[in-house]
Amino acid sequence: MEALHSLIAGFGVLGDPMNIMYMFIGITLGVLIGVLPGLGGANGVAILLPLTFSMHPTSAIIMLSCIYWGALFGGAITSILFNIPGEPWSVATTFDGYPMAQQGRAGEALTAAFTSSFFGALFAVIILTFLAPVVASFALEFGPAELFAVQLLTFCSFVGLGKEPPLKTIASMMLGFALAAVGQDPTTGQLRMTFGWYELLHGFNFLIAVIGLFGIGEIMLTMEEGLAFKGRSAKINPRVVLQTWAILPRYWMTSLRGAIVGCWMGITPGGATPASFMSYGLAKRFSKRGENFGRGEIEGVVAPETAAHAAGTSALLPMLTLGIPGSPTAAVLLGGLLIWGLEPGPMLFVEQPDFVWGLIASMYIGNIAGLIVVLTTVPVFAAILRIPFSIIAPIIVTICAIGAYTVNNALLDISFMLIFGVVGYAFKKLHYPLAPLVLALVLGDMAESNFRNAMILSDGSLSIFWSNSLVSSICGLAIFMLLWPALAAGFQRLRRTMSHLPAQ
Amino acid sequence: MQQDEESNDNGLVSTRAADVVVALILIGLGALVVTDSLRLGIGWGEYGPKSGYFPFYTGLAIILASLGTIGVTLLRRGKAHGYFVSRGQVVHVLKVFVPSAVYVLLIGFIGIYVASAIFIAGFMRWIGRFRWLTIIVVSLAVPFCLFLMFEIWFKVPLPKGPLENLLGY
Repeated sequence: MEALHSLIAGFGVLGDPMNIMYMFIGITLGVLIGVLPGLGGANGVAILLPLTFSMHPTSAIIMLSCIYWGALFGGAITSILFNIPGEPWSVATTFDGYPMAQQGRAGEALTAAFTSSFFGALFAVIILTFLAPVVASFALEFGPAELFAVQLLTFCSFVGLGKEPPLKTIASMMLGFALAAVGQDPTTGQLRMTFGWYELLHGFNFLIAVIGLFGIGEIMLTMEEGLAFKGRSAKINPRVVLQTWAILPRYWMTSLRGAIVGCWMGITPGGATPASFMSYGLAKRFSKRGENFGRGEIEGVVAPETAAHAAGTSALLPMLTLGIPGSPTAAVLLGGLLIWGLEPGPMLFVEQPDFVWGLIASMYIGNIAGLIVVLTTVPVFAAILRIPFSIIAPIIVTICAIGAYTVNNALLDISFMLIFGVVGYAFKKLHYPLAPLVLALVLGDMAESNFRNAMILSDGSLSIFWSNSLVSSICGLAIFMLLWPALAAGFQRLRRTMSHLPAQ
Repeated sequence: MQQDEESNDNGLVSTRAADVVVALILIGLGALVVTDSLRLGIGWGEYGPKSGYFPFYTGLAIILASLGTIGVTLLRRGKAHGYFVSRGQVVHVLKVFVPSAVYVLLIGFIGIYVASAIFIAGFMRWIGRFRWLTIIVVSLAVPFCLFLMFEIWFKVPLPKGPLENLLGY
């Protein structure tokens, strides 16, 4: 009940018409970002973050989170009309969305995608509204050891749940930690890994890394494939929308399953991309028309979209309550909180209730606004995609360069951005995951100081991570996650030899 | 180690070679982290753990994980490895990377607005082969809009060069 009261107060924050305006600006920018190659949710928020430093934190987070919702919606447009996933989490949407567009059912597919996205997000926001205060009040009791254990679990989950090779996940993550350590040590004031280079005094800013890795890297990948956007026309009118809405309730089970998978994967840092694939796979297996999947089945659009949006939304739950982002975009938003002087974590609910509940209330309204914006403006965004890439590419590089510069007003940062772009390109092609790198870069200092404080408490003995049942169970789960790929491989080998036995 | 049997003349760098090279670079970076951590001290100081305590292990983990990647890459025989990039792809990627690098260099000398105009115009002419009229309109309109947005609306100063000084900004 208390959550409801706080939520109503949160809606009060939205009474400010400026905040509603920022919301619509954010959604529109977000859809644009989601549609354009090279500009994704994480990267778009990173570029626009410096522009919000002068805004009120509540208005700023409302606008930035709306960019995030907009990007989640926008990814579906390119997947369905152009067979090009604008975002990694909309890859699964292309499987049935594009065939539907080819059959002239683009309007139906788009309506289904947007509506399922909306349902997924709404489900996740409701979960978040009631679960977040509980998790936060529970987490208030956490000491440095528990906090470090939760962070350890986050990073080990990448190894256990990710589909990339575990060794590469570890290397990528540790590179993030190492980059985070560059610069002045916040505890002792010593300079680390600057090698006498004055510019590195403040270390690598994660925003520069995000803009380079996701922005420039993506442009290079898109360029490599040689560009030919062959889009289907987007005819969407109220009649198609209403007709689609009339048949969608039939797939309530698929939606519900997608939303639950999405929430689970968003809260544990599995992320929206694996969630969308998992939901698609489940829908295919359980659907009566499973064999039609991949040939333009509307259920194949509903499943991944619900899960992706639910995951994207619920990724904010661990960010707000524990200070641990569930996705790269949530990591960038978390970085924003730190810059605005807000300490993410359980204390946020106590000290900044206006901010937290204003944000949660904006998720409800923002997603309704998002649904309206995308349903009415699809043709405009589809037209933008028909602009040749040789015009879009230099403009995006320019925007990325400006975004990198405005972080610290440093020219050198633009060069770093370019280097991160090359790293992003090589890592993507060699299946090094980028999300753990970004998360480690954002959380590095926090994780390190929690670890150090825990060590100081225990006088340097690692036994503090086994000192009570809570911390030891989190650590145990973390180690299980870390070893999971090895265990799974061993189990599979065992099964294979078992099945070979009778043959021998 | 076995030789690759298939020789596709389109391929320039095999995925296997790229995997090993990237892992070696990571090992180099890991070694840098480890040596600097050793300089700072990885033990226990007056204020608790010394500055190198935490980074030392991250550096060590990079080295071990990358050694593992090299091992896995070299041991994986017979499977299809494919190519990291083909000749045509490298050309495509360089077509966007080289102009971008030149652009970044130019920003320092002539400011971001003029550099952007030259970059967009050059890219559109070289890659897109647009008509000059289209090129001029786009390459002037984009920096102008950016100027309005950043300098006037958000009051965020971006790097400027001689042209802006001449105009009094």
